[in-house]
Amino acid sequence: MATIDVHSHTSTQHDDHGHEHEHHHGNFWTNYVFSEDHKVIAKQFLITGMAWALIGGVLSVLFRLQLGFPDADLSWLRPILGGWLTPEGKIDPEFYLALVTMHGTIMVFFVLTAGLSGTFSNFLIPLQVGARDMASGFMNMLSYWFFFASSVVMFTSLFISTGPASGGWVIYPPLSALPQAMQGSGLGMTLWLVAMALFIVSSLLGGINYITTVINLRTKGMSFTKLPLTIWAFFFTAIIGVLSFPVLFAAALLLIFDRSFGTSFYLSDIYIGGEALPNQGGSPILFQHLFWFLGHPEVYIVLLPALGITSEIIATNSRKPIFGYKAMVGSMLFIAILSFVVWAHHMFVTGMNPFLGSIFTLLTLIIAVPSAVKIFNYVTTLWKGNIRFTAAMLFSIGLVSFFLTGGITGIFLGNSAIDIQLHDTYFVVAHFHLVMGSASFFGMVAGVYHWFPKMFGRMMDEKLGYIHFWLTFVGVYLVFFPMHYIGIAGFPRRYYSWTNFETFSGFADLNMLVSAAAILTLTAQFIFLFNFIYSIFRGKVAPANPWNANTLEWTTPRHPGHGNWPGEIPTVYRWPYDYSKPGAKEDFIPQHIPYSETPESNLPHENELVKLEMNDGAIIVEDKKHH
Amino acid sequence: MEKSASSEFRIVEEPRKTLAMNPKKFAMWLFIGSVAMLFAALTSAYIVRQAEGNWLYFDLPQLFTISTVVILISSVTMQWAYWSAKKDNLETVKIMVTVTTILGLAFLILQFEGWKELVANRVYLVGNPSGSFLYVITGLHGLHIISAVIFLLIVLVATYRYKVHSRSLLRIEMCTTYWHFLGGLWLYLFVFLLLYR
Repeated sequence: MATIDVHSHTSTQHDDHGHEHEHHHGNFWTNYVFSEDHKVIAKQFLITGMAWALIGGVLSVLFRLQLGFPDADLSWLRPILGGWLTPEGKIDPEFYLALVTMHGTIMVFFVLTAGLSGTFSNFLIPLQVGARDMASGFMNMLSYWFFFASSVVMFTSLFISTGPASGGWVIYPPLSALPQAMQGSGLGMTLWLVAMALFIVSSLLGGINYITTVINLRTKGMSFTKLPLTIWAFFFTAIIGVLSFPVLFAAALLLIFDRSFGTSFYLSDIYIGGEALPNQGGSPILFQHLFWFLGHPEVYIVLLPALGITSEIIATNSRKPIFGYKAMVGSMLFIAILSFVVWAHHMFVTGMNPFLGSIFTLLTLIIAVPSAVKIFNYVTTLWKGNIRFTAAMLFSIGLVSFFLTGGITGIFLGNSAIDIQLHDTYFVVAHFHLVMGSASFFGMVAGVYHWFPKMFGRMMDEKLGYIHFWLTFVGVYLVFFPMHYIGIAGFPRRYYSWTNFETFSGFADLNMLVSAAAILTLTAQFIFLFNFIYSIFRGKVAPANPWNANTLEWTTPRHPGHGNWPGEIPTVYRWPYDYSKPGAKEDFIPQHIPYSETPESNLPHENELVKLEMNDGAIIVEDKKHH
Repeated sequence: MEKSASSEFRIVEEPRKTLAMNPKKFAMWLFIGSVAMLFAALTSAYIVRQAEGNWLYFDLPQLFTISTVVILISSVTMQWAYWSAKKDNLETVKIMVTVTTILGLAFLILQFEGWKELVANRVYLVGNPSGSFLYVITGLHGLHIISAVIFLLIVLVATYRYKVHSRSLLRIEMCTTYWHFLGGLWLYLFVFLLLYR
């Protein structure tokens, strides 16, 4: 599915370019398939990510059908699901677990890690720091194709007779380690591990490239204090990824040894059908430690890029400088550091020492501080702004809303005592779907709406964007808000059926509502998909700087070639948030406009900088700072 | 692949390097960072698991001591090769890179023989996790040494083609960094395994 999308998309690009007589070097394969151009690679990540999002979304609706309408006859799905339906037309319980597992894996890794970071880090880093391309185009190309190979393996696992991995996206052993435990722990789990190994390689190749590019390939004058917040976010994300993915690799490696070579890293004292397994001395908790040491930073790998994208979009469309630029950078740095020391809050009920639990509670609750700083800064940037409600802006504001509502429940869950009641219930599901899932997804969609003109040279339709936003925004709250109640009532996640226990039967109506809302939300995404594909071909031709934004990517031609700027790379003289500067002719001053050209709006200390500019460009300003 | 396209632009202007580090070298350091995290994860897992008890005490093979000496010597020869390249003593470079490669291979053989010694001592991959950890950690380090030996061979071919000299140091410099890192990593693992067994 992904393959087809990539090809149809790339061939469009080919036509587009052909009509405009752009310079062509290399052939179709080197330009559009095994391209080393960061913009093409970004689009490859985007299209593959969108294909995955669609698959992940459809899977979630399938299991929501089971949860919301447990008595419905789903025989009409037999042409697609075949043997995964029981003779009575209900979803097979093991397949239900596979659906939940694959939904999680796909959304967390393939959509919100590769689809989000892969798309926007690749697309925006060179364009916004002023570089011709990534530090290593070849590594970047490999990064995509490792991801693609990983996608193929994961996708294949959906179609094997024993089904894909089914032990939850966290693949806790012993469930995931023993093929006897469930069907999905057989070949499906093996494919899962292979796919994730390839995925980790892809992430590392990408991450190393992003960090290197941000540090080493910035244009003249682009000091760290002049970097757009998007770049800061991608930078921290990449660092977190480079540090945490190897740990997941270690966890997966030991699991592979347990599964395939008979070691006992995670296995001990297990009886199957009354027979003891030979494995002795392993510790399943060890896996959880290793997994969550990646798993928690992964949450921020998913979220930070979205936060960076929103910062940029909110400042641009409020026509105001971002409030507290340094506080924004500082809080992202603080979040990045904290993300490595809170992993055990996922394991409060594993028999952990309560004293250790209270330390992790404390560390976890501290994350509320930088998160609150960010929300405060978003709101104060919006405050009295000259707000333009573009589709991207609406989705960004939506992100702030989800980040807040989802973040507040994090304060409950981060508490080791309350977690005894709430762990593994739908409260957790509601929490992370709002704060991490929906928020990041909204950031990603906002980014697509905002940078679509730069990616494809055309505008997306705003009206369809509004409809998409309101349906999705309302839909998401309708899906996840009721889950809080269900969770507080104690209903555990990952259960196949609600009606088997008298206690939980009362929630059948609420679940029906949730499922209906999920179907509505998924349907709304097809509006976006239509808008996206239609606009690539027929959208309004985009002006050079459609949002009157300050960052460097808008100084490139409508269809930037390989190398981004046809002539010299612009030099940067100011920070990216000079919106509505008092006295200025327009309400924005792009980063490449020197202070000497804007005497009417310069502040006293900026007039000092003009003298330095006159000498020999802005480099001197920078050199003064560096030496 | 698209050299023609990109070089056309690059002649006009190259972005100023804000840090005095080559991107490739920098990427190498990041890679080293991620490898370090991999082993940090494994050794932490080792400590966590050991603290839970039911841990089979083992003796490290004698050969591991010899292999430690070998890899330390190879670090010296590698550095020697790098300094010689800096001074354009190309003959010494050839010899020293060759010697380092041979020492690297010797290290691998010694590690493998060490495993045989472990098997003789009834420490197996399958069994108590202490042995499993030992094999996985040393094996994974060995895999990285293999990658470094391949890198050394690439540098070796380059030296015989006179592509490594004082004005073209990047390759041998990166190779030296990686080799020192893997040597240091082994030293850490060796001391770690001696202390926590």
